[in-house]
Amino acid sequence: MSRNLILGGAMSALVLLAAAVSFVWTPFDHTAMDIPSKLQTPNVIHWLGTDHFGRDIFSMIMVGARTSIAVALVAVGIGMSIGVPLGLAAAARSGNWLDELIMRGNDLVFAFPSLVIAILITAIFGAGAVNAIIAIGIFNIPVFARITRGAALSLWQREFILAARVAGKNAARISAEHILPNVANLLIVQGTIQFSLGILAEAGLSYVGLGAQPPTPSWGRMLADAQTMVSFAPHLALIPGTAIILTVLGLNLMGDGLRDWLDPKLRVART
Amino acid sequence: MLRYSIKRLFSLILSLAVASLVIFFVIEIAPGDPASFMLGINAQPDTVAALRTELGLDQSKFSRYAAWVGGMLSGDFGTSYTYRTPVAEMIADRLWVSLPLALYALALSTLIAFPAGIYAAARRGKAGDMAVMGATQLGVAVPNFWFAMMLVLIFAINLRWFNAGGFVGWDEGLLAGLHSLTLPAISLALPQAAILARVMRSALLDILGEDFMRTARAKGLSRRQALWRHGLRNALIPVLTIIGLQFSFLLAGAIIIEQVFYLPGLGRLVFQAISARDLIVVESVVMLLVFAVITVNFLVDLAYAAVDPRLRSRT
Repeated sequence: MSRNLILGGAMSALVLLAAAVSFVWTPFDHTAMDIPSKLQTPNVIHWLGTDHFGRDIFSMIMVGARTSIAVALVAVGIGMSIGVPLGLAAAARSGNWLDELIMRGNDLVFAFPSLVIAILITAIFGAGAVNAIIAIGIFNIPVFARITRGAALSLWQREFILAARVAGKNAARISAEHILPNVANLLIVQGTIQFSLGILAEAGLSYVGLGAQPPTPSWGRMLADAQTMVSFAPHLALIPGTAIILTVLGLNLMGDGLRDWLDPKLRVART
Repeated sequence: MLRYSIKRLFSLILSLAVASLVIFFVIEIAPGDPASFMLGINAQPDTVAALRTELGLDQSKFSRYAAWVGGMLSGDFGTSYTYRTPVAEMIADRLWVSLPLALYALALSTLIAFPAGIYAAARRGKAGDMAVMGATQLGVAVPNFWFAMMLVLIFAINLRWFNAGGFVGWDEGLLAGLHSLTLPAISLALPQAAILARVMRSALLDILGEDFMRTARAKGLSRRQALWRHGLRNALIPVLTIIGLQFSFLLAGAIIIEQVFYLPGLGRLVFQAISARDLIVVESVVMLLVFAVITVNFLVDLAYAAVDPRLRSRT
């Protein structure tokens, strides 16, 4: 296992752990206001300080991790559960109208500036975590469809697929039983990357007020609140920003590490 | 080449047509009637009906779609519901901020990424490579709006070198205009530069393994000479694709950065229009952005085919 995988895995695990623990324990109630102790810098009682309402930032970061992870994870789930079957179908019917339709549909989704559409969707159907998930998820579909199709196409030329066809299996069964397991590694790696992009997208949407709504804490929202106070309380911006960076960095490192680890060819090439 | 271009042009037009349909109908199903929204909750039903007629909202969906597309083709984007000014003018005004900002950011990103990518490729596996790669990992992980806030904190609030937000306008002179776009451009360019540097590095490394590079070395060129004379030119193909993609991203992706710096660009226009239910403005700006993305991709494809004849037969 590479250093990237261990370091990235550890960072991602830490964030997951913080999110999981927040269900049963946080140092303070993340919604509890305590105006007299507002805007404290990190100290013994409030490990990461307090915000302008005196809420404990460490607790908010822990609960915020939950929001980020949930939104990004479900968005990746949407992308995979729709994109992968589409990609498999396109590869199985390579060159015919279905393939053409799926791939042109993909091109179309790619042509839309994702952020603008995400903003459009959340603005039209209302701001909130669920709509943010849908908006981010839609743009994951073509990513997974394309990567699945690309990998599956080359597999369809291989002998073991030919053998399965001779054995009388139809395209759907071959896709599910032989193609899918062979593209799984690729999908896991891409899933990690899309997951980290989802975290960034969620933060962006929440920052402009279209993601999770108060009182649900979210890292992007915390940054938006911090903006007017950054001159006298920079920790309000520094802490959630660092949380986002570490999470995304961890996921990216893990993705890189996984790719090297799961692909023996790369392992040889790198040494 | 001509056949290829015509084929691509046809698919470009088809994409634009489908995109316009999608945009129009997605916005159509949006809850909330623009006329009642503009007049407020206390408006009389007949006033609302009159305004609906005036805005053309009482016509069938199809004829409104036809009118919208027909108008855009002749440069008439309709009239804004809220501002009562031609949408084309509003867009043109905002483009004077968004377009220079995107170009400025693209220039910065290229200026950072090229040397960084080339340096890393030339020192593959050494400390310099690791430092550049580490920096790019960090670059893609930083949310650009957060980076923007940090730039404001350091360079606007503490050092007072720049304004924290707003745009002085081009009337103040080119330098003053660029000066007020500098922090936004840097924050937009950072993640793009990180991605571009990685692409540059890996494209160069791929090229370094090619036979013609070995030949170049065999005829006596040093590693560095071979890299500059033969490697760089060939590595430019994937790099140019990414630059093409990034330009459209920068134009559309500036939406959040424009919010951070209160810049009167296209992004803020969309934002204000969405909250005011000014659907015609939203439709037109989104269509314009999609048009930009599709057209840039089309041009990149053509440039590709012109450079590499093998690609023409492949599609």
